[in-house]
Amino acid sequence: MSTWSRNNPLTALAAATTLLLGVSIVLVFFYAPVDQDGLNQKIFYFHVPIAITSYACFGWGALKAFLHLWKRPPGADLESYVAIHQGVIFGAMTLVTGSIWAKVRWTHWWVWGDEQLVLFLVLFLFYCAYFMLRFSVEPGPQRANLSAVYALFGVVLIPISFMAIRLASSYVHPTVFTSSGPQMAGSQFFTFCVCLAAMLVLAYFLYRFELAGKRLDADLKALREHLA
Amino acid sequence: MTAEEKYVAAAYLVVFGFVLVYVVIMAAKVARLQREVGELAELARRRRDRDEPATADPERQEMRVG
Repeated sequence: MSTWSRNNPLTALAAATTLLLGVSIVLVFFYAPVDQDGLNQKIFYFHVPIAITSYACFGWGALKAFLHLWKRPPGADLESYVAIHQGVIFGAMTLVTGSIWAKVRWTHWWVWGDEQLVLFLVLFLFYCAYFMLRFSVEPGPQRANLSAVYALFGVVLIPISFMAIRLASSYVHPTVFTSSGPQMAGSQFFTFCVCLAAMLVLAYFLYRFELAGKRLDADLKALREHLA
Repeated sequence: MTAEEKYVAAAYLVVFGFVLVYVVIMAAKVARLQREVGELAELARRRRDRDEPATADPERQEMRVG
């Protein structure tokens, strides 16, 4: 790591994110072939990585919540909150891009009979309710503990949501990753991997950015009280 | 532009729209924090200027020169 990137980690992350997103767009539209499903398959390259990133954010938030309850390191509660916030943002993007794709593919914006869709919606709404719980309690140890326990409960839904399309009786939602590997061409899988990396780096950048803002906000509040 | 192309464009624009809105919100927050830092620095400077005569080094004494 260069001295510059060590001194400006957020700027370096922002630059890496921009670069990866740019490369992803180029690969999606100029490298990955259009398969038999047509052009709408291009939505897959952003929709699925965004969904996986959302799971990762919820998982990270749950891990931080677990650490908060177990070892109580300073800042774990805030980190858990910010990770879940990122998860909800990426979850919303998953639902919107998925709906657009469903409209092209299945001619419906939403299919209530599809377990994957409904379970993801349940997961999303569960974590939306996290904020209602968090902001209905006064700041302090009680709020941190309640939020952490709630975040941990939600993590159970992640593997269920992920496995839903493999266990589902209706095969509306396509299964691309099976036990025999990814069901796509090498160039498509490479593009998918770059897109996934771009989304994970984007989420990490936004996470660090929001965390830095929240910490600065807390420091400023303490300083203002000290100077008052 | 076909309907399919429009939907693909919409999906990608939605993603960039979300990220853009998020970054704009965070940029507004950073601007507010910068303003607050400026206000606090000004407050600290004024307080230092006000307190300086009272907290001057007691060992320093006024001497007649010349």
